[in-house]
Amino acid sequence: MRPFAYERATDVRSAVAACAAGTADGAGAVYLGGGTNLVDLMRLGVVSPGVLVDVTRLPFDGIEETAGGGLLIGAGVRNSDLAAHPLVRRRYPMLAQAVVAGASGQIRNMATVGGNLLQRTRCSYFQDVSKPCNKRVPGSGCPARRGDHRNLAVIGQSEACVATHPSDMAVPLAALGAVVHIEGPGGPRQVPMPGFHRLPGDAPERDTVLEPGDLVTAVEVPPLPFAARSRYRKVRDRVSFAFAVVSVAAALDLEDGMVRDCRIALGGVAHIPWRADRAESALRGSPATEAAFAQAAAEELAMATPLPHNAFKVPLARNVVVRTLLDLVEAP
Amino acid sequence: MTTVAAPYAGTALDRVDGPEKVTGRARYAYENLPADLAYAVVVQATVSRGEVRAVDADSVLQLPGMIAAIWHENAPRLAPVEDAELTVLQSPRVAYRGQVVAIVVAETLESATEAARLLRVDYRAEPHDVELRADHPGMYRPDHVNPNYATDSELGDPDTALAFASVVVDATYTTPAQHHNPIEPHATVALWDADGLTLYDATQSASGVRATIAPLFALPPESVRVISPYVGGGFGGKGAPHAQVVLAALAAKQVGRPVKLAATRRQMFAVTGYRTPTVQRVRLGADEDGRLSAIVHEAFEQTATIKEFAEQTTVVTRMMYAAPHRRTSHRLVRLDVPIPTWMRAPGETPGMFALESAMDELAVACGIDPVELRVRNEPTIDPERGLPFSSRNLVACLREGAERFGWAGRDPEPGVRRRGRQLIGTGVASSTYPVYRLPSQASARAEPGGGFTVRIAAADIGTGARTVLTQIAADALRVPPAQVRMEVGDSALPRASVAGGSSGTASWGTAVLRACEALMAALHRRSGDVPPGGLEASADTAEELRSQRPLSRHAYGAQFAEVGVDLDTGEVRVLRLLGAFAAGRIINPKTARSQFIGGMTMGLSMALLEESVMDLEFGDYLNRDLAQYHVAACADVRDVDAFWIEEEDPELNPMGSKGIGEIGIVGTAAAIANAVYHATGIRVRDLPIRLDRLIGGGI
Repeated sequence: MRPFAYERATDVRSAVAACAAGTADGAGAVYLGGGTNLVDLMRLGVVSPGVLVDVTRLPFDGIEETAGGGLLIGAGVRNSDLAAHPLVRRRYPMLAQAVVAGASGQIRNMATVGGNLLQRTRCSYFQDVSKPCNKRVPGSGCPARRGDHRNLAVIGQSEACVATHPSDMAVPLAALGAVVHIEGPGGPRQVPMPGFHRLPGDAPERDTVLEPGDLVTAVEVPPLPFAARSRYRKVRDRVSFAFAVVSVAAALDLEDGMVRDCRIALGGVAHIPWRADRAESALRGSPATEAAFAQAAAEELAMATPLPHNAFKVPLARNVVVRTLLDLVEAP
Repeated sequence: MTTVAAPYAGTALDRVDGPEKVTGRARYAYENLPADLAYAVVVQATVSRGEVRAVDADSVLQLPGMIAAIWHENAPRLAPVEDAELTVLQSPRVAYRGQVVAIVVAETLESATEAARLLRVDYRAEPHDVELRADHPGMYRPDHVNPNYATDSELGDPDTALAFASVVVDATYTTPAQHHNPIEPHATVALWDADGLTLYDATQSASGVRATIAPLFALPPESVRVISPYVGGGFGGKGAPHAQVVLAALAAKQVGRPVKLAATRRQMFAVTGYRTPTVQRVRLGADEDGRLSAIVHEAFEQTATIKEFAEQTTVVTRMMYAAPHRRTSHRLVRLDVPIPTWMRAPGETPGMFALESAMDELAVACGIDPVELRVRNEPTIDPERGLPFSSRNLVACLREGAERFGWAGRDPEPGVRRRGRQLIGTGVASSTYPVYRLPSQASARAEPGGGFTVRIAAADIGTGARTVLTQIAADALRVPPAQVRMEVGDSALPRASVAGGSSGTASWGTAVLRACEALMAALHRRSGDVPPGGLEASADTAEELRSQRPLSRHAYGAQFAEVGVDLDTGEVRVLRLLGAFAAGRIINPKTARSQFIGGMTMGLSMALLEESVMDLEFGDYLNRDLAQYHVAACADVRDVDAFWIEEEDPELNPMGSKGIGEIGIVGTAAAIANAVYHATGIRVRDLPIRLDRLIGGGI
């Protein structure tokens, strides 16, 4: 394995400075959280940073209530702790459900909120350094389009890249419009989801809007009382320990059989956790019926451009959106 | 032949090596650390066909900790043997992507890994062909199929019988390539000294590795010692030595130091074997009552260009059901692919998926209960060999299994049972596995201080063989198992057959029993007196096996499955699996149950999950880790149970046992596929049964 430097950051400014310095060196510096994805990628040779800046000792491991009834979740909070937190479970059930639907217990104990957001795609070609991949080596090509893409994107992909974002947690966060808190070389800033992750376009090597040296410090989940009626449904080939084929995070605000408000996001279908804006708009003010749900899902999925071997994801996503919304209507 | 009295055989003795395993004292191949150990890492071809033009060893030799880079130009010459899988680094030819083209040796695993990554290999690539198709122009008729069955068989006039049959099923089924994925990756530590070569190896046959490796290095077998007391699973993938054993020995010879070489999980998808994908056409002709007049089963499979492995996919069909007119065949195509090998019940596993799916289709076509259909086609003698069965209790398994499963009153109508958002269905399939017994030797020794030591180069790959042999020895020696010390997994012990073909207990058990009997006779002659140096006796079963009567010997079973298929997503969940087996005498109910339900679990995994995806453009299996190659996780396996029918068969071996290591996987996938049809009305003929096959099928 290629040698690399390891630094343990003690405060946020020194972390950002260390990462920026490592990047400026040309060696490449990255932050190390739980390491559940990064270390695998280093072993595979997909990434080979010169400097690892360990940020797990920074004081970002708490979950605090915000003034309006939201939550500020530290980037270093372990996935298991996030999923078990009483306020997360009560206010945002879909978020707790999504986290426990991901990976295994052991991995969730290690993985952090920040790292979960920054997971790389599990596309086979991305992970195989003996083959081309535009995300790994820009300009080298995308064999997935003509090769194996059964579990890759059906919406918003580009000629250059058809990868999907693998996170479960990011799907409800996108639905909730969570705000990512970032500390960068230029100071702090905030980026709301969706908008934190990028569509691939012609620069699929960039998964997010983060700049070199940027450190995710927290994720702020805004107050959304009706998210107490929310649900995450993950469809996968294996019952556990598998990435989503398609997943849906949805929250419903009902009044007299009508949809007053709703939030819907899809996982496993795009390069980003896909916020279903069109479906949400179609549903607001409409009756909470199967027909209306199907119509809304169809409007969202009308923009899908599947590849030959993943066209099944479109009817699958439609079915799962409809079923999840119906389940929410029937929920006590 | 008589059956011995057996106070311990038949009891659920705990694994005798359990404490070693759970406390970490059991030492596996990779855990051996001889002094001055060096680490080897392989470099794999990145073209699927062609030649290595140049290896730039200078590009890595100056790296810190590097000891050597070895490739075809500087590798020690191996003696020419027929098996091209083993004559590694002898030629510039590349036969498949992932083949080992060089090996680097360094002071640490990390240095070797980095050097392997950096080593520049220049190739001349040629166009490759890696796609198995039944109509491939390269299809040929192999001389025989594994291990030594006739390639084709024909009886009567099946074409005419099909033409005149009232009901005909004609369907094509496919199974994908599958990789064994034992929990312990293949690993070898090789050590040369004045006595020759010592290999600590993860193998299903210490004797077999010795016999295979010695000629490559022009050594007499006694100059090679293979030590493998503990093996973390094999499933056939460790049945015969693969390239890594030779590479470790070759590298150790080249650098003059002990060398450790372990395959990574990813490398195992290219260099340690897999089950061939199959395309199978099954035609069944029957009368309106479902009585078969014709069975035709044709298999199309792949093998590598440098080595032939011909899976015996349709051989099982020669024996399974009665029909006057029948034909089976195997055709192979040599592709630029890795080398296939044995994987748990090679032949029966893919073959019975096709045959038992077709039988279900016939039951539907005839409107006959699928249990009844099978009973109706039960043969009285082996239909193609014309031999009586030593024992055959398929019908009892079907009947008793149906009873316990609650099959009675099953509504055959597909797609009509709902539970919540799931469609519910049930399915059945027959199961079978041949009885093999191979020559082995063993020794038994009375120790002067009391107790006995029994030695045989058998392999316990997690099956419980060490425990079961201890029970057999204890009975023969008429002492409690605690007084028997069983030594296995070392080629220095009396030569034993491979842990394969579900033959271990029968083969090794016979040798152990005969050695113990000989020792008891010797002790008897001495009135029980054990001399100060101990008393030893040995046995060789070759003669005994030759005198076995010609009979058709097989174990049978019936598998019942209940599935739920999600109406919205097509997700299939196996709610219940029940296996009924008739496999002679069960020597240890505890380890036997593990084998049965373990096999069934692997069958569930095959039915729903396992598929090695060939990348047609690059020519390798793409999903090379356990996140991408799905094996069943605990959550997939809900309610799996097995029971067995007492079977007295004096025509097997002194223990009266049939093999149980493989039968559990046979038929499971068909039972599940048949249950999916019953649940949904969709017949999935291509494994695995993933949700897209059902969503696409219009669930």
